[in-house]
Order: sequence, then structure tokens, then C-alpha cells
Amino acid sequence: MLNNLSQNEKRVKTGVHFMLGNYAVVEGALAAGCNYFAGYPITPANEISELMSRRLPEVGGVFVQGEDELFSIYSVVSASLAGAKAMTATASAGFDYMQEGIEYACATEAPCVIVDVQRCRGENFATQADVMQMRWGAAGDYEIIVLAPSSAQELFDYTILGFNLAEKYRNPVIIMSETTIALMRERVQIPPKEDIEIVNRKYTNLSPSQYLPFRAPLNSPPEMAPMGKGYHTLYTINYHGEDGAIDWDAEGYDRLYQRIVGKIRENRKEICKTKSYSLDDAEQVIIAYGSEVRPALDALEMARERGLKIGLLKLITVWPVAEETIKEIAQNVEKIYVVEMNIGKYVREIERLCAPYCSVEAITKNRGIVHTKEEIFNAITGGKTCPIK
Amino acid sequence: MSHKINPLRKYIRYGKLPHFFCPGCGCGQILNYFLNAIDDLKMNIDEIITIGGVGCTARIPVYLNTDSLHGVHGRTLAWATGIKLYRPDLKVVIFAGDGDLLSIGGNHFLHAARRNLDVTVFMVNNFNFAMTGGQVAPTTLFNSITMTTPYGSKENPFDICNLAQCAGATYVSRWSTVKPMQTIKAMKKALQHQGFSLVEILSQCPTNFGRYALQTGDPERVLQWISEHSILKSEARGKNENELQEKFILGEYINIQKPVFQGTTIYEEEKN
Repeated sequence: MLNNLSQNEKRVKTGVHFMLGNYAVVEGALAAGCNYFAGYPITPANEISELMSRRLPEVGGVFVQGEDELFSIYSVVSASLAGAKAMTATASAGFDYMQEGIEYACATEAPCVIVDVQRCRGENFATQADVMQMRWGAAGDYEIIVLAPSSAQELFDYTILGFNLAEKYRNPVIIMSETTIALMRERVQIPPKEDIEIVNRKYTNLSPSQYLPFRAPLNSPPEMAPMGKGYHTLYTINYHGEDGAIDWDAEGYDRLYQRIVGKIRENRKEICKTKSYSLDDAEQVIIAYGSEVRPALDALEMARERGLKIGLLKLITVWPVAEETIKEIAQNVEKIYVVEMNIGKYVREIERLCAPYCSVEAITKNRGIVHTKEEIFNAITGGKTCPIK
Repeated sequence: MSHKINPLRKYIRYGKLPHFFCPGCGCGQILNYFLNAIDDLKMNIDEIITIGGVGCTARIPVYLNTDSLHGVHGRTLAWATGIKLYRPDLKVVIFAGDGDLLSIGGNHFLHAARRNLDVTVFMVNNFNFAMTGGQVAPTTLFNSITMTTPYGSKENPFDICNLAQCAGATYVSRWSTVKPMQTIKAMKKALQHQGFSLVEILSQCPTNFGRYALQTGDPERVLQWISEHSILKSEARGKNENELQEKFILGEYINIQKPVFQGTTIYEEEKN
């Protein structure tokens, strides 16, 4: 195996850095134990591959630039099944190609991390237009975990979180990056190695004769078996029974996908992370994710300075949806605003949850640039100028 | 009379039989050749990873008692790279049809050969997309009738062995189900080879290629056709282009040693 423990010191660059967002992803991945990376050139994700090609060999990992994004995703998934903590990074157009590999990763329950630095079609302007593709892009039944960082620091933090969730639930995790944060240099604080929580996948204790590769309790991932040790596991995208072999059994098919979907959906309270700002007395609440959280926070400050009872919910986990948290807020407020940098997509998800309780309004901007705080503030106040109190 | 168990049975998922190949298909034979090859070489089945994409040939690994990946069309070599780079200690073997490897997977094929990735590819050429009902493939001969070329194919077929060699493969040979012993021998050589090894195995598809292109569903007659269109490399020497038209040249194309691909990593010798 390539992962050499003696090289672990080089993995975590403890200290305070002025760091490019894309580099923070790399450092986060290495701190999380990433030891396989495959990439294909695409702007604005290139710096991830570039730094990985230098850094991974230093820590005993392996880097490869493949012939296309299909290569990236499939080699990442197979390396993961062979035991690696594997990652790939791309931008929107390349993410299209990866959908097919994501389908395979979900069906075979292969833990892996995919970074999508979202960009406008053909142009490297800022957008959040892939938010639905991240959830629904691949064929077949599956659930996926998507994390939305809003700064270089969060690119570092959530990449680690992404690896941990991937390993825990045996599922692909997508880091939803954006041009805005990927190509921005900011302060990044990397904690000491011992302060970083690392989760590793569970391997079976059973012998090959007792082991069934896809046997697991409802809503749980199965334990893995190491490759090349006589467990003879078949990882197929086709319907497979608990023994992994291709079969056809209508009830078994239903049960398999109940479990694959349930292990994420039914554990959403544990998976979903949000951050609340000034929610206690709020009458109206802004929901934002990714880089849009930044102007939304500034708009919140503007509103509070003027005595307006506004709150903010930042979604760290975009998928699965933090249904319970959002519903609870909806029951206590008059109105929810959803701030997005696209034509208005995630707002439909919020409407689904909040419609019986409060009104929902989209604040969207689809011009290749994040909202300004004034734009969000004006949308909330209906263009009225409120004096500062 | 005592009941004897086939000594090769331990290599297959016996409980999953009967297999899904059509009567008269060559895939069962090729599965059998592979079992003979690994048994003769006394290879440890635990350390062999078999990979199949989508198609008839791709189902071979499904019946093998190995760690296997299966079920995505054309991506076998991308999978193989991930496993081989992370676990160079494992032997990675691919079973792919001509459509899987050369049509949808053509780009991965060229690049894996170019890199001299240390994997073995057994490419079964039955001259059509068989599992989907007999459509034209990159290997279908000019003017052949298939389900999507009812007036005859107007495309030139790939010569896979020449293609692999030009791309950078370091072991290439072509045999057929008409010549089992030579095929097994070539498979053994490929399995022992360090680097990108490819054995193209011409095989009969009586159900689709036979019925549409050759107007016969009889496996024997399809085998006869393969036999008539085959010529040994030694016999082909000195023959002109006209004499070799529509002939498959059987034998070893290349067998050389070159450094194998390991990805961007600090190689052991550089570490010290």
C-alpha cells in the first residue's frame, strides 16, 4: 500500500496561512487522509490538481491526470473500493461527465469526495447553478451528501468533514465550491493534527466464508472487506443481493434501494449541519448557502442596525435537506427569503417544506457575481430605505 | 461410480450457474480458457481482480470467484487504473467486448496502452454489439449486415492488435475460439507480462452476428467462417495486401518490456 504512516507529519500544515481556496481543499483532503487523486484540467478547479500533484507524492499518495473526467471519477471509485481515501475535483462542465460514475459509486456504496467548483456555462464567473444537478444528476435511486463552504477556511474544514461523512456512510460526498471562493486568497487556520477528527470506514471482522458484502441493517451502510484478501466481492451496478451477486428479486431490489437511500435520508439529523444567526426573535429569516452567506450576513447586520427583526440560517449541508430545522423556523416566522446565485432552484425545496407555515420568496441573482448586501437588504425591505436606529 | 468435482470449479461462483450466455456463444469457452490459464500458472485467485464493463464478455467476471467490478459500459480501464495505482500488488484482469473496449471505451483504451499500465486485457471480438441485439460495432467488417446496418456497414473496422501496438501496448496477440490451446498459451503469456497486455480473441456470436451477417445461427458455421478468415502470422508473411484482405492475422504481435505506469508518486528508488 502506498499510504506511509511515517509521512503523516507532512500531511497537516498546522499554522495560519494566507491561502487560495482551491489550495485549502487540497490541504483539507490531505489532513483527512486522502491518498489517491485523479483529475482532468478545467478552470477554475486546476489549482486543486496542480497542488495535489506536488503534495500527494510527499505523503505517500498517488496522483494521476487522466484522459477525461470519466477516467477521474471511475479511477477514484475503484481506488476507493481498493481501500484508498480518494478524491477528484472538477468544474461544472466536467461535473456533467462525472454523473455516470457517481451512479456507480452510489450503487456500490464507494466512499469518495468530489469537488465541483461551479462556473457559468463556458465562463468562469460565479454561480450556484449546479445545486440541483448535485442532488439529481445521476440515474437511479440514490441520496447524496453535499456540503457548501463559503470561505477558504470552510473549504478546508468541509473537505475534512466530507471525507469523514463519505467514510461513515459509504457514499459519495460533493464539496460544492464556487469560482468566488475557489479563486480567492484568505486566512486559513490549520489546527494541530491531533485536533482533527478523522473517521475511517468500517472493515468486517468476519471471515470470507461468513461475510456477505451487502448485508447491513436498515438505513446503515454495510461493512467493507479489504480487496485482494479472499473475500471475493463483486461490486456491480446491477441489482445485487446481500452476497453481491447479480440476481433478480423484486423485493430485494426494493430493500436494497430503501437502504441505500435510507442510510442518508433517515440519518439526516446527524448529517445535516446548519448555523443560525439572530433567529431567537426573528420575524423574517434569510436562508443562504455557499458564498451567498457572506452578503446575506452583511445584509442581516444592516437590517438589525435598523431594528428589523431578521434572522439568518446558513446551510452547511445542502443535501440532504435539514428538514426539521427549516420546518421549525417556518413555524415561528412570517416569511423566509432564499438567497441564491442562479435562476431560483433551492427555493423550491424550501417552499416544499415551509408552504403550510409561512410565505417563501426567492432572492436570486444570475449575473456571474454574488449579491451585494444592499441588494439583499433592498429585496427584504421592498426597496424602502430604513434609517439606522 | 464416484462423483468427481471439476478441479476448476473452485474458481467460479458455482451457485450462480447456469450462466446467461446464449447456446453456442464463445464466452463460456473463454471463461474456461481463463480458468485453465490461472490454474496452470498456479496463480492466487485472491490476488486477481477481474473487471467487466457492460456486454456479453463483461459478464465473465460475474461468474468468477474473485474480487470484481462490473456494470458500467466502457470504463474498465479507468477502474483498472485506480486499483493498479493504489494497489500495485494486485493482478488486474479485464474482460471486454469489442464494443465496450473500442467504441465507448476507446479513449481509455488508447491512453492505458500509451501509459503501459500493468493490466491484462482479454478482448473478445464477436464483430457486433451482441447483448443489445446485434448492432454494428467498430470491428464489424465492411458491408456486413447488422441490426443497424440493414444495407451493409459502410465503415472500416479497427484492427485492434495494430491499434494497441501503435498506442504503446507491450504485449499483443490475436487468437480465436477455433484455436483453444494457442489462446490459452497467449493468455498465460499475457497474465505473466509486466505492462499493458492484450489478447484479442475472435469468437462466435451465432445469435446475432451469425444470423444477420452470415445468415446462419449455427455456431459451428460461424466458427468455420472465423477459421476461413484467419491466417497465421507465419503464413501471412510475404503475402500481398489483396491476399490478406478480410483475413485476421493470428499470432503474437509484440512482446517487449518497458517501464510500467505508476501515476505521479515518489517511486521507491527516489525515496531512498
